[in-house]
Amino acid sequence: METTRENTSPARTTRLVYRHRWPLRVMHWINVLCLTILLMSGLQIFNAHPSLSLGQANNDNTAWLAMGARTDAQGVPHGVTRIFGHMIDTDGLLGTSTVNGRQTVRGFPAWATLPGPQWLSMGRRWHFFFAWLFVINGLAYVGWSLATRHLQRDLAPTGDDWRGFGRSILDHLKFRHPKGQAALRYNILQKLAYLGVVFVLGGGIVLMGLAMSPRMDAVLGWMVDLVGGRQSARSWHFLIACGFVVFVLIHVFEVIVTGVFNQLRGMITGWFRIDEDDKP
Amino acid sequence: MTDRRRFLRNLGLAASGAFLAGCNRISQSESGSRVLESAEWLTQRVQRILSPSTALAREFTEADISPVFRPNGSIMPQTALYQSLMKNQFRDYRLGVEGLVDRPGEFSIDQLRALGERTQITRHDCVEGWSAIGKWQGTPLGALLAHVGVKDSARYVMFHCFDEWGADTPYYESIDITEARHPQTLLAHSLNGAPLPVANGAPLRLRVERQLGYKHAKYLRSIEVVSSFEDIGDGKGGYWEDNGYEWYAGI
Repeated sequence: METTRENTSPARTTRLVYRHRWPLRVMHWINVLCLTILLMSGLQIFNAHPSLSLGQANNDNTAWLAMGARTDAQGVPHGVTRIFGHMIDTDGLLGTSTVNGRQTVRGFPAWATLPGPQWLSMGRRWHFFFAWLFVINGLAYVGWSLATRHLQRDLAPTGDDWRGFGRSILDHLKFRHPKGQAALRYNILQKLAYLGVVFVLGGGIVLMGLAMSPRMDAVLGWMVDLVGGRQSARSWHFLIACGFVVFVLIHVFEVIVTGVFNQLRGMITGWFRIDEDDKP
Repeated sequence: MTDRRRFLRNLGLAASGAFLAGCNRISQSESGSRVLESAEWLTQRVQRILSPSTALAREFTEADISPVFRPNGSIMPQTALYQSLMKNQFRDYRLGVEGLVDRPGEFSIDQLRALGERTQITRHDCVEGWSAIGKWQGTPLGALLAHVGVKDSARYVMFHCFDEWGADTPYYESIDITEARHPQTLLAHSLNGAPLPVANGAPLRLRVERQLGYKHAKYLRSIEVVSSFEDIGDGKGGYWEDNGYEWYAGI
């Protein structure tokens, strides 16, 4: 972060700051690839049994979420989703959707799954390959962040951070973003979001994935019990994936409102432009 | 700025289109899917380190037994041989044991029971994602293997089944010798205290509790001890394996 490039234009003074080091940038984009493929192949796997239950085992009555189809008098299927006992018409999106021009009974639509058409074995191949890449990348990130003190210096909340918690929430709600040197630091909500995503969501989704493995359950039985059983673990795995989606939506939204080009350049080349602080 | 935005949006659309097309090509191509398959080797290696070969699958109590043990795959084999055995309540059923064993032979259910019995209440996990808990009773496969004597070159046990999946495509499966000798690996003849129903694999099915449901071959006709399964079926070690599923079904 010491390196800077000055740029004095007549209108305003800005400068480029070397913000993200290359290992972090590489790991960030590997993560983008992994999360995209894991989400889409995960939905393909979900579609093989498009419902979620709690407990160890399941039957159709124990599901808190179920996607299916109701056939009308003409014999045409209509997609419905049952969530906590409430029936919702999700025709065309969940339960039924168009695959190669034909109305098909399936959980999530083809545009959201990998592969597009129903193909469980290939979905599993994608999922497990990129699950390994995700785990190795995640461990590398934590190791690198500890070794370079990125974690301790940039991500660990300070006392000042906690004291500014309320103000930070207000700043976010008003889309007020720090300028100049202050824009280089992560704010408290950002720190908590990153730490939560890495350790709670990241760690949690891997553990809940392993909890579904019959071989691992021979040694992880206590953990499966802790979350309520194998089907509960499957529900948690799905819900944490939803958590990742929510994080990505907010993350991308913040990138857009704080300057999409500048942020993208920062994460691709490392160089981030800030307004020059007024000299005191 | 709007031009930039439009450019970015179009770039995003083009990138996601190219991404999906690329994924599709990888799925369809031989070499692409082989790269993806390489993860199976890593998963098997790491899981076998983290979860030792002797570790037991979790066993449950009577209260946990699922009200209905959902049958899947074949539920009524149509082959003439199976139909005639079924008409006679499987009284003439014999399990063939062949391959790399010292004393090949045929075994009735009663002869198998005389070799040893085990009862276990376990959770069955289907590759589709659902689970069911059932009480299984049967002969540990290890006891049968000890009885017939396994040759040193043996590496896998193949399970040949009565149910056919298309013309001349009987269901089959395979596990390695270590898994075959695991105390919970059973040739099960009973489910929940009653003789195995036809839908669940009568008269005899495999239980291999630390793997997914498709490994638990139903309607066992014979078992064969082999050093390699390359020449059997399409060479991947099982019906579903020949159709793209992993041989190692521990996850």
